Amino acid sequence: MNQLFIIWQAMPSLMSGTLVTINLTIYFLVIGFMLGILLALGRVYGPSYLQLLIIIPFERFFRAVPALVLLFLFYFGSSFFHINLSAFMAAVLAMGLRSAAYQSEIFRGAIQSIGIEQMKAAQSLGMNIWQAVRYVILPQALRLSIPSWANEYAVVLKDSSLAYAVGVTELLRQGRYIVARTFGNALLVYTVCALIYFILVFMGNQLLRFLEEKYKIPGYELKQRREQSVLERI
Amino acid sequence: MPKVILKVENIYKSYGKLTVLKGISFQVNQGETTVIIGPSGTGKSTLLTCINQLTPPDKGHIWLEETEITNPETNINMIRSSIGMVFQLFNLFTHLTVLDNVRLGLIVVKKIPKDRATNICLEKLKLVGLVDKIDAYPAELSGGQQQRVSIARALAMNPKLILFDEPTSALDPELIGEVLNVMIKLAESGMTMVVVSHEMGFARAVANDIIFMENGVIVEEGKPDILFHHPQNPRTREFLHKITELYGGKSE
Repeated sequence: MNQLFIIWQAMPSLMSGTLVTINLTIYFLVIGFMLGILLALGRVYGPSYLQLLIIIPFERFFRAVPALVLLFLFYFGSSFFHINLSAFMAAVLAMGLRSAAYQSEIFRGAIQSIGIEQMKAAQSLGMNIWQAVRYVILPQALRLSIPSWANEYAVVLKDSSLAYAVGVTELLRQGRYIVARTFGNALLVYTVCALIYFILVFMGNQLLRFLEEKYKIPGYELKQRREQSVLERI
Repeated sequence: MPKVILKVENIYKSYGKLTVLKGISFQVNQGETTVIIGPSGTGKSTLLTCINQLTPPDKGHIWLEETEITNPETNINMIRSSIGMVFQLFNLFTHLTVLDNVRLGLIVVKKIPKDRATNICLEKLKLVGLVDKIDAYPAELSGGQQQRVSIARALAMNPKLILFDEPTSALDPELIGEVLNVMIKLAESGMTMVVVSHEMGFARAVANDIIFMENGVIVEEGKPDILFHHPQNPRTREFLHKITELYGGKSE
């Protein structure tokens, strides 16, 4: 009973932590999505100097350096350049750019899997390359990206807990505070945290599954037969 | 004197060391159909894509009416919007319905309001006999239906010229007829067409001019009657003989 009471009392702060976690995740994903698409387009259609000097180094760097190191670099490194970044902003930048690097690879793969014929057909109608990308290539590529993007969503959401290390009071840090305040109960509190992360990932993935179904191209699945998922069979 | 729509002059194209086109010249008059035949790998498709600059030629000049397409100053997207292209594998936009496939160019390129664009598209889809399929997606259609949609897509742009790149060679034999019938109807209605095809029956029926290409050059060119019955070049004779054997009966 006592333990239930502790959790009940802890709920408001856990919830505010959850909101910060959700907030962080949205920032990461939005930055990652917009920049990721631009990087992917640059990688597929851009001039080679742009790819060699900017896109590839960016993407290699942010995929090779551990998330925690990036966080420290942005948070502690910013003061070196006399920029005053809050812990939250440092986390948003570090993890948002990191997600952009990963998402750019997701989108690049999807864009490249759309046959060159689609681009040729669009150009033969007189579309310039941006119109073709906007109306023909991206609508198809984004559909194909949803499954891998669901993966990225889960990773980014969970990695937001690393922002703990630079002092953002997200879900995990709120949990840590409660453990400290109530002298123990670590297992209980962290289990609740784990459960909240699980629910967030699960709901997000359900939503993405729903989108995948909704935007499925009729008749097209005949060509790319999907394995019936275990979840559907139950 | 018939009006010249397309004039191709001395076109060269190579991929690395391989020279695909070695000085191709021909012209197409308004309302006429030119059929290009020849063994595979002789640059027929490359020639078509050179015309709308999907594959820019290395050398030579191409004019669409008075505009030189090969002039770097020419707005190539504008030119392309007035040259239709029908591909061997249809190349319909897989994520769009039949109607949207036909309508996209009108809305995006020609900036025509949606309701007017829809009317134009319905008219073209009626012409190819697919008005009842406007809400279907390409993957739900047969190859012949897809190819007819792609013809409607080209037609909707109101082109001065349509290029057909082996439009029936990816189709089951029983679906070829429905596509050829549409093309015959187009030719008879006065559309200017350049067709790469081995459909000799079609060539006989509607071609004003036949070009036999091999190894990147035009071996022989002439009216169907003359080319089919009195080919001058032994290679032309040999090729036509093989083709007629393959496609059989339709010939006489």
